[in-house]
Amino acid sequence: MQQDGLIRELQNGNQRAFERIYELYSESTFGIIYSIVNDEKVAEELLQDVFMKIWNNASSYDSDKGRFFTWVLNIARNASIDKLRSKDFKNKRQNLQPENFVDILETRTNHAAATDAIGIRKFIEALEPICKKLIDLLFFKGYTQKETAEELKMPLGSVKTKNRACIKSLRKFVLE
Amino acid sequence: MDLQEYISSGVLELYVCGALSEEESREVSNELKQHPEIREEVEEIEAALSRLAVSVAPYNPQEVLAAINTKINNEERGQTIPAQRKTATVITYLGWAASLLLLVGLFFLFNKNNELREALRNQQARNAQMEQQIADARKSADKAEELLAIIRDRNTERVLLAGQDAAPDSYATVFWNAEQNQIFIDAQGLPEPPRGKVYQVWSLTMQPLQPTSIGLLDDFYQDENKVFQLENANQSEAFGITLEPEGGSETPSMDQLYVLGTVAATP
Repeated sequence: MQQDGLIRELQNGNQRAFERIYELYSESTFGIIYSIVNDEKVAEELLQDVFMKIWNNASSYDSDKGRFFTWVLNIARNASIDKLRSKDFKNKRQNLQPENFVDILETRTNHAAATDAIGIRKFIEALEPICKKLIDLLFFKGYTQKETAEELKMPLGSVKTKNRACIKSLRKFVLE
Repeated sequence: MDLQEYISSGVLELYVCGALSEEESREVSNELKQHPEIREEVEEIEAALSRLAVSVAPYNPQEVLAAINTKINNEERGQTIPAQRKTATVITYLGWAASLLLLVGLFFLFNKNNELREALRNQQARNAQMEQQIADARKSADKAEELLAIIRDRNTERVLLAGQDAAPDSYATVFWNAEQNQIFIDAQGLPEPPRGKVYQVWSLTMQPLQPTSIGLLDDFYQDENKVFQLENANQSEAFGITLEPEGGSETPSMDQLYVLGTVAATP
C-alpha cells in the first residue's frame, strides 16, 4: 500500500504527487481529526493545516523511523490535540464530552461514501469493550503502549497481544 | 527469528499505531525491509485501521484539497516575498548607512565650519594687527616726512648738542624752525633714562643765563625713532637737556645736564 516512489516525489516537491497523497490519506486523516475534535468545521481547518505540514515537511519523513501512514497519523493527532487544548476551543466546547470512534459510528446514520460501512457496523457490533478502549487510545488518541497500560491498568504485554487480537477482528470484518 | 511469532506478538500493530518508542520503531522498520511477510502484515494492519478511520470521517474531504492547493500556491508565490524583503532589507541598510554617512558628514562639516570660523577670527585679529601696524607705519612715515620737511626747510636750524660731564658720550640734535615755532629733537644719542626719571629740554638765553623749559621727552622707551616734537617760541640761544625727576622741574638740575649746544649766531 505504501508507495515509496510516490513519497519520494512528494519529498521532491512534486505537487501532483502531493495531490495523489491527499487522495490516499485525506479521508482517514479527516476521520482521525474528527474523532478528536468532533466538529466538522474545525476538523476541515485542521485537515488543511495537517496537509500543509505534510507538504512543507515531507523531507523530514524517514522510512527507517516508521510508516508514512504513521507519520501522517502523528501529525494529525498532534495538531488535533493541540487544538483541543487551545483556549478558544476549550471555551467554545466547554459542555461537550469528548467522544470516541465508537460513539461517532453508532450515531452515524448514513455515510454513503464509506464502502466499508456494513463491515464496520458488524465490527462495532462484535467489538469487545476492551478493544474499543485499546483502539481508541492507541490508534485514535496516539497513546504509547506504556501510557495505554497505565491508563487501562493492564500489563504492557497484554496491551500488545490484546490490541493485536482487536485489530485482527477489525481486519476480518473490513478486509474479507 | 521466528517470523510468525514476531508477527503474532502484536508489535506490528503498535508500530502502525505509532505506540512504540523510536528505537523499537527503527527495529520494526529494519525487519520490515528484510522480510516481505512482515511488510505484507503491516500493510494489512494499516489498511484495516485506515478504513476504520475513514468510516469515522463525516464525509470525504476532497473539496478541501482546492483550499490547500491555493494555500500552497500562495506560499510558493510568497517565497518571492522574502527575496523582496531581502532587497528591502538591503535598501533599509543602505538607508541607515546613508543616514550615518550624512550624520558623519554633517559632523565633519560642523567641525570644519568651526575650524574655519576660528581661522577667520584669527585672520581678522591678524588683519587688525596689520592695520594697526600699517597705521603706525603710516604715522611714523608721516612723522618722518614731516621731520624731513622740517630738516629740509631753509628756515630750520640744526643745533648739535654735545655730551656734558654727567654723560660725556651722549649727544643729541635739535632741528628748530623759528618761523613755525617748532623743534624736533633727535635723542637717539641719549641713554635710556633710569626709572622714575625723565629728560627735560631747556631753551637758554646766555646774557643773562635764563633757562626756559620747552618740554619733556615723554615715553622715551616707547618712542622707537627717538625723535620728539616740541613747541618753542623762545628766542633761544642754546638748548640743553637735563635728567629730571618724573614730571619735570621748574629749574634745570645743572649737575644732571647731559647735553648742551649753542645756536649758531643769528644772521
